Amino acid sequence: MIATAPADISAPLPPQPGHTSRGRLERVLRAGEFAVTAELNPPDSADPTEVFDRGAVFDGWVDGINATDGSGANCHMSSVGICALLTRVGYSPIMQISCRDHNRIAIQGNVLGAAAMGVNNILCLTGDGVQAGDQPGAKPVFDLDCMSLLRTIRLMRDEGRFLSGRKISSPPQVFLGAAINPFAPPYDFRPLRLAKKIEAGAQFVQSQYCFDIPMLDRYMEQVRDLGLDEKCYILIGVGPLASARAAKWIRSNVPGIHIPDAIIDRLEGAEDQKLEGKKICIEMLQQVREMTGVSGAHVMAYRQEELVAEIVHESGILKGRRPWTRESNPDFEAVTEAFETAKDQFEHPIDPEEAVAAAFEEH
Amino acid sequence: MPKSAYQPASRSPVTRNRAFYSVRLWSVRHSRGLERVYNLLAGVFLKLHPFWKFVGYSRAEKPVVLVEKTVKKFLFDCRMCGQCALSDTGMSCPMNCPKSLRNGPCGGVRANGNCEVEPDMPCVWVQAWKGSRQMRAGDNILSVQSPVDHSFSGSSAWLRATAQSAEAAEAEKTGAA
Repeated sequence: MIATAPADISAPLPPQPGHTSRGRLERVLRAGEFAVTAELNPPDSADPTEVFDRGAVFDGWVDGINATDGSGANCHMSSVGICALLTRVGYSPIMQISCRDHNRIAIQGNVLGAAAMGVNNILCLTGDGVQAGDQPGAKPVFDLDCMSLLRTIRLMRDEGRFLSGRKISSPPQVFLGAAINPFAPPYDFRPLRLAKKIEAGAQFVQSQYCFDIPMLDRYMEQVRDLGLDEKCYILIGVGPLASARAAKWIRSNVPGIHIPDAIIDRLEGAEDQKLEGKKICIEMLQQVREMTGVSGAHVMAYRQEELVAEIVHESGILKGRRPWTRESNPDFEAVTEAFETAKDQFEHPIDPEEAVAAAFEEH
Repeated sequence: MPKSAYQPASRSPVTRNRAFYSVRLWSVRHSRGLERVYNLLAGVFLKLHPFWKFVGYSRAEKPVVLVEKTVKKFLFDCRMCGQCALSDTGMSCPMNCPKSLRNGPCGGVRANGNCEVEPDMPCVWVQAWKGSRQMRAGDNILSVQSPVDHSFSGSSAWLRATAQSAEAAEAEKTGAA
């Protein structure tokens, strides 16, 4: 573990001893609480208010907001940009990095930039193939994979070095995450792959959508046998299906999502399919809550984000835990200070001719 | 969904079908035997270290690459990344993964065990897991591989491995002496 500076009582979010980040998510998980995270639908817009509006629907209900990085290989506002906006107003985002679009040089730069903006959590992903998105002609980069990405960021954080060995003067203090999918073959390799991710540096993992509790049970059993649930916080993904048609479309078009026939039959038989979808999600959430080794849930309600608060509330998984509130971001003290200095300069603009003359006189 | 944007080297999407993967799949099925052959070959190469040194590793590069490329391209659809991981990945070349994953399958593997990007291709990593189960050193699949160094692409992995193990042996000798 990294030696942390002595905590200043007046400072918001003091670094906790033994913690790798100052983030809320890490504190909640380490305290043994059942954490809830959600996914923000990134806007196709350059308007910051859209990000704020989309973040506001989670107010008071989640411990972290995932900022997706071109999910499904579709182009949206970048995750760095979304995180920059969210941290400014006191949210605690989980920045996703996908290896599809950036090489190792760009990724390491983005990690430093994000940490400077106050991002405390980073989720390392390989990313969907370009063929899945709206621009299948793009060049797939995949310079690193999720495992080497985890290792790279851990190296930056714990040893204060880039992949090249060059020194970083102030390492990024981040809580490292990865993704798991217990619902895709080869099933017996999946728990071992989680072990590998933990070895590479994963401290928490978020899973793909879970619609099959028995399958998750089998996976978790193997995970517990390997003792992995004690080395890493496991957050299981859940989400409401909008209708039986949507479920069928997802099943055949979105790689990696496993929806059993029973779920689709249940949706088809329901009068109000959307309500039934939400009910299924709540039931999944409650069952996941009781599963040994599970530390939290990741609620992904794509294009139904307003449902997240209802789902979390109605499922009662927080068990009366004080809902999340926005917190001021310590990293922004430096920004505020710089801004105050800059303000003085706005009032006294520098005359280029004078500046040249002054520089000339010095010699 | 649009047809896959990714095209493997020297292969047109029209002619792409399962038959193309038959040799690659054969290699995975016979991973145990290939492991033995490779270990034998690596021993021979190491014995030839004085010869390589005499000729010069860089001068030996061109003819060795020619042979290595032909053999590995036929058997594994090798991409000549120059840092072969075949013995750690169940004799299934990870560079054939459209996402060039070196550390295990992504979450998009289809229920039938095929690739999410190329629906006709059996997932490289599902095969790797199968192959590794038959191998003596199969558990190497569980160790984390470092990222590919793209500057080695096109060079001989055999010679690099030989030079490295010769160096290690020498270091051990001097250490013991």
